[in-house]
Amino acid sequence: MATIEISGVSKIFKDAKRKADVTALDDINIKVEKNQFLCLLGPSGCGKSTLLNMIAGFEKPSSGTVTVDGQLITAPGSERGVVFQQANLMPWLPVWENVGFHLLLRGGQKAVRRETAQRYIDMVGLTGFENHYPSELSGGMNQRVGIARALLMNPQVILMDEPFGALDEQTRMDMQNELVRIWQEHQGTIVFVTHGIDEALTLGTHVAVMSARPGRIREIIPLDLPRPRDITSPQFNEIKRHVLDLLRSERTKPSLETLDHS
Amino acid sequence: MRQIVAMLRRLDRYVVPVLILAGWEAFSRSGALPAALLPAPSTVAWAWADWVFGTDGNTQTYSGHWLFDMLASLSRVLAGFAIATALAVSVGVAIGWSRTVEVIIEPTLQTLRPIPPVSWIPLAIIWFGIANKPAIFLVFLGAFFPILLNTIHGVKTCDRNLIRAGAMVGGGNRQLLRFIVLPAALPSIFAGLRIGIGSAWMLTVTAEMVAVKSGLGYVLWDSYYFLRYDLVLAAMASIGLLGFLSDFGIRLVMARVLHWQRNTTIQSGES
Ligand SMILES: Nc1ncnc2c1ncn2[C@@H]1O[C@H](COP(=O)(O)OP(=O)(O)OP(=O)(O)O)[C@@H](O)[C@H]1O
Ligand SMILES: [Mg+2]
Repeated sequence: MATIEISGVSKIFKDAKRKADVTALDDINIKVEKNQFLCLLGPSGCGKSTLLNMIAGFEKPSSGTVTVDGQLITAPGSERGVVFQQANLMPWLPVWENVGFHLLLRGGQKAVRRETAQRYIDMVGLTGFENHYPSELSGGMNQRVGIARALLMNPQVILMDEPFGALDEQTRMDMQNELVRIWQEHQGTIVFVTHGIDEALTLGTHVAVMSARPGRIREIIPLDLPRPRDITSPQFNEIKRHVLDLLRSERTKPSLETLDHS
Repeated sequence: MRQIVAMLRRLDRYVVPVLILAGWEAFSRSGALPAALLPAPSTVAWAWADWVFGTDGNTQTYSGHWLFDMLASLSRVLAGFAIATALAVSVGVAIGWSRTVEVIIEPTLQTLRPIPPVSWIPLAIIWFGIANKPAIFLVFLGAFFPILLNTIHGVKTCDRNLIRAGAMVGGGNRQLLRFIVLPAALPSIFAGLRIGIGSAWMLTVTAEMVAVKSGLGYVLWDSYYFLRYDLVLAAMASIGLLGFLSDFGIRLVMARVLHWQRNTTIQSGES
């Protein structure tokens, strides 16, 4: 339950060797209110991960500020759970230790860690894989371990970077429903990066559509659709058409990122 | 049929050693060289048996003395290796983790490193006298650098994203070191330990030839003066055996500690 404020944030990656600085983000202003579910939608390379990393505290803006509940973000912290684009699990720990990693660092008793982890393992549908190692699981299963690890901290802010990218359609829909259920139950502010339009419109209370190079926010669209959302309903398609238009006008612009897409 | 094939397959590793020994035996008995210059494997085995068990006293003062000589060498190896491991791992982690520490001590260490440990022998004798200490010091020098370099490498190549994940779940610097960097560096550290134990045996034997009056290396050198080449060979074989066994021990520990790597490497396909 926290408010995220991103004001005037730009990010320039200096590349001394190639003498070509990349402006990944340019003057981003977003305010995510308590209990909002913001989906960041945009083409590959538009700076979605970079923006998320700055809220997480992994990277610092070149200019501008990111605050959570008025606190300036300068470092990562467990009140902001992150689900990474790649799962980033500890390969030497079994699934349950990875899920309970937060408790391990806090010096929790083994039995308590095991029991707490089990709840979240069941939640993401990995019951029976507690003692497997990440190398013994599929990419999608690893991703779910990463989700369980972040949820276990019961964070006020959840930052997710294409967490369902590696999942099949069926599992993805299950996980989406589960995520919405968790969000409705526990409350909390979610920033969710995706490049799936349907996914963004199914999950979010808001969608921020981004454009690439330099990364900018084109429009923040509030979604007042009833839940569970019907992706075949006329309202849904109307918004989808609008989003598509935004992205399409982006693509006709002759620039580097059209090369990325080909 | 299949069982016979399986049995033969298991024998395949013995083919080359057996052929070498058989050829060597035949060559020695042929009389092409005087028997004293190249003792046959059977003669070596005979001397070795007496050295170990005191069977017929053919090795004279060394008869039945093998366990004592072996333990003398082994204890030097273990002592020097243990000190080297403790120091190299902690210094290596510090250098790999902290840029400041790296700048302060790495240049010095890199200058000391190319000096062959053997060339420290004169100083080691002056400082520590003729006894265990100079040998342990040499063993330490030989094992320290491979372990150090591998530890530094292991720490530096730790995936930044894992550190981020650790910081995200609330880890401070010390916890990140203890729970992420160290485990991530372990495969490298073990690689260093395996190189280090090899150097440790090499330097124990060298030290024993020059600066100590006991151990397998001393027996080897002493037998050379007495023209007992069978005993020289028995000592060489003993050193080889112990070197192999200590490496095997490290590999056993490694297999236990790094069991999570089972399914991720080429090696895992073997067993
Ligand atoms: N550490 C870095 N150093 C230099 N440039 C970077 C770095 N990280 C990202 N960039 C650049 O910033 C831009 C945005 O990258 P980012 O990873 O945020 O994109 P994204 O929107 O998450 O893309 P995707 O959907 O493919 O994950 C890219 O052009 C990338 O080349
Ligand atoms: Mg990304």
